[in-house]
Amino acid sequence: MVLGNYKNCVSARAADPSIRSASQDGGIVTQLFAFALEEGIIDGAVVAGQGDEPYNPEPVVATTVAELMEARGTRYTICPNMSMIKEATRSYGLDKVGIVGTPCQIQAIRKAQLYPMGMRSVGSKVALAIGIFCMENFSYQSLETMVEDLCNVKMESAAKMDIGKGKFSVYTSRGAVSQIPLKLTHKFEQPGCHVCLDYVANLADVSTGSVGSPDGWSTVFTRTKAGETIWGKAIEAGYFETKPIADVKPGLDLVTKLATEKITKNQKHLDERATFGVDKGLRNPYI
Amino acid sequence: MGLLSNLKKIFTGSKPEKSEASPEAVIVPEPVMVPESVTVPKVMPEEKPVVKPSDVKVEKKPEIQEMEEKPVAEKITIGHVHMSGCTGCLVSLADNYEGLFTLLDNYADLNYCLTLADVRDIPKMDVALVEGSVCINDPHSVEDIKKARRNATIVVALGSCAAYGNITRFARGGQWNQPQHENYVPIGDLINVDVYLPACPPSPESIKNVAVMAYLLLRGSDEQKELAAAYLKPLMDLAQRGTDACGCDLMFDVINQGLCMGCGTCVATCPVRAITMSYGKPNIDCDLCIKCGACYAQCPRSFFNFDVMNQFEAIGEAIDAAMGKGDE
Ligand SMILES: Cc1cc2nc3c(=O)[nH]c(=O)nc-3n(C[C@H](O)[C@H](O)[C@H](O)COP(=O)(O)OP(=O)(O)OC[C@H]3O[C@@H](n4cnc5c(N)ncnc54)[C@H](O)[C@@H]3O)c2cc1C
Ligand code: SF4
Ligand code: SF4
Ligand code: SF4
Repeated sequence: MVLGNYKNCVSARAADPSIRSASQDGGIVTQLFAFALEEGIIDGAVVAGQGDEPYNPEPVVATTVAELMEARGTRYTICPNMSMIKEATRSYGLDKVGIVGTPCQIQAIRKAQLYPMGMRSVGSKVALAIGIFCMENFSYQSLETMVEDLCNVKMESAAKMDIGKGKFSVYTSRGAVSQIPLKLTHKFEQPGCHVCLDYVANLADVSTGSVGSPDGWSTVFTRTKAGETIWGKAIEAGYFETKPIADVKPGLDLVTKLATEKITKNQKHLDERATFGVDKGLRNPYI
Repeated sequence: MGLLSNLKKIFTGSKPEKSEASPEAVIVPEPVMVPESVTVPKVMPEEKPVVKPSDVKVEKKPEIQEMEEKPVAEKITIGHVHMSGCTGCLVSLADNYEGLFTLLDNYADLNYCLTLADVRDIPKMDVALVEGSVCINDPHSVEDIKKARRNATIVVALGSCAAYGNITRFARGGQWNQPQHENYVPIGDLINVDVYLPACPPSPESIKNVAVMAYLLLRGSDEQKELAAAYLKPLMDLAQRGTDACGCDLMFDVINQGLCMGCGTCVATCPVRAITMSYGKPNIDCDLCIKCGACYAQCPRSFFNFDVMNQFEAIGEAIDAAMGKGDE
């Protein structure tokens, strides 16, 4: 089950073009949070805010659509969104919290709900956890090296970064594109990602990513009752355009293929870690 | 010793050690059987009294008797053993509010608790929730913790003082009116502990979850026992891991091991805000750290048991149902 439990899968994009204008893919995350905010399903959401350095995000608690809009787009570096989850329920006093995160961050939420040792009054307040697909992540210094040294683009002049079709692409604010084969970026990956066994945020309420859908569209899985309900309401209210996933190219086959590749590779890595030294291994968090 | 042999007793009834002749019995048991995938059974007490605590009138003694008699046989006994702690863990248990009443109505009798139950000596009990570390300068405390071990099937270190010493690690004595009390050790330095529930204090929800799982482990169907064993296993592993903790555990056992992916959970967990993120990894201010061990326990890369986590929704619903909360 490399794609996890899910109720439905569609290809979709935000109906509102002003959201899509600066979103990474179909604007699913921003649109769904905006809908949930307007409907009172959430009081705010933890998202990746802009931060002080270009493309080095910092988690923020967005309580307005404007703040959600500010946080659109993928930053291919670590944004510790979970660090704000308790803050959102305390300092911000939110009763219904949304959070977006990579699969590992969504795992952290579920652990915080099932084993909430240091997470008083957090678990029941997570109203909508949106997961984004994730193959790997990079430290900020890695990202800087990839963008500035390998792609020859200053961080401050990058307008968008994207990974897809085997390439890492940087789009500049003046319209140029600089691309390198994804292969060149592998050595810069965060080591913690090499033990990761989740590609499509299996434990999210709703998870989304670009893979499987055409450009400008996103693949969306609804996974939990809450996720299914909220997504259903948003569709009913006309917030999204959708297409059956079976009708789009490359479709679920590619998602399954990439998920299988990631999990197989990382499971192998975990196995190798077990015999890393001489009669000694490295720790496996899953056993 | 400890949970293992007791578990065997519970699973096999009163004939545990005798059947050595059969080949299965010789097999050394794994710490706890964790199935590949556990299905989540519905948790429901057999006979649930529909009487709310507020409905109980003290004058009508016979009625209370009647209400309590039915479920008593099914209940487990839980005791709260208070060593050197601040009572914050007990307050956290009580902060389950109506959930606490549901627990006490349907699943557990609180048969020992200096604050809430009028019993002086530590009785036999299924689960001892031990709060606080042990002052080794106080013979009474040392005697009590030993007695708790002898009398309880499962000993839970409730909170960080019991598990790791926590703030009592900083004790240097000299306090009125027992200035000679200066040395405190986690209970695991003196007795075998079965389950750790660290944090300062552990959240009400976490205590509730462990209480429900302990009930299922001791009184549930086979399926429920399996789930409860799988749920409790990482907390049992924590108990085996050791009796000292520090934010440094994140460095040694997560970051240095190449496991940290920068989620930031540790930051949110720390009760004293000793952790900040810097370029995607936690930094620990060791002068602020109170040695509670919560950050490591809460980190998704300290333990993450897919067999349980993959069913987070069903388990959450089952616990809610057990606690009388309908799924809206
Ligand atoms: C490190 C990384 C790797 C990814 N790898 C893949 C992949 O292999 N395949 C794939 O299909 N999709 C991948 N994605 C997801 C994809 O890039 C988009 O984020 C996703 O499709 C959502 O797009 P959107 O238009 O719906 O969201 P938008 O409306 O643009 O919103 C994106 C949301 O994600 C948040 N966000 C941005 N960066 C981060 C971050 N680093 N950490 C946490 N939250 C963040 C933003 O704050 C915003 O709320 C990856 C994302 C990240 C962060
Ligand atoms: S690859 Fe896994 S560990 Fe790394 S950022 Fe993505 S979800 Fe997290
Ligand atoms: S909780 Fe664990 S994985 Fe997450 S940032 Fe802290 S140490 Fe790293
Ligand atoms: S860093 Fe914080 S959470 Fe971790 S052990 Fe120290 S006080 Fe506890």
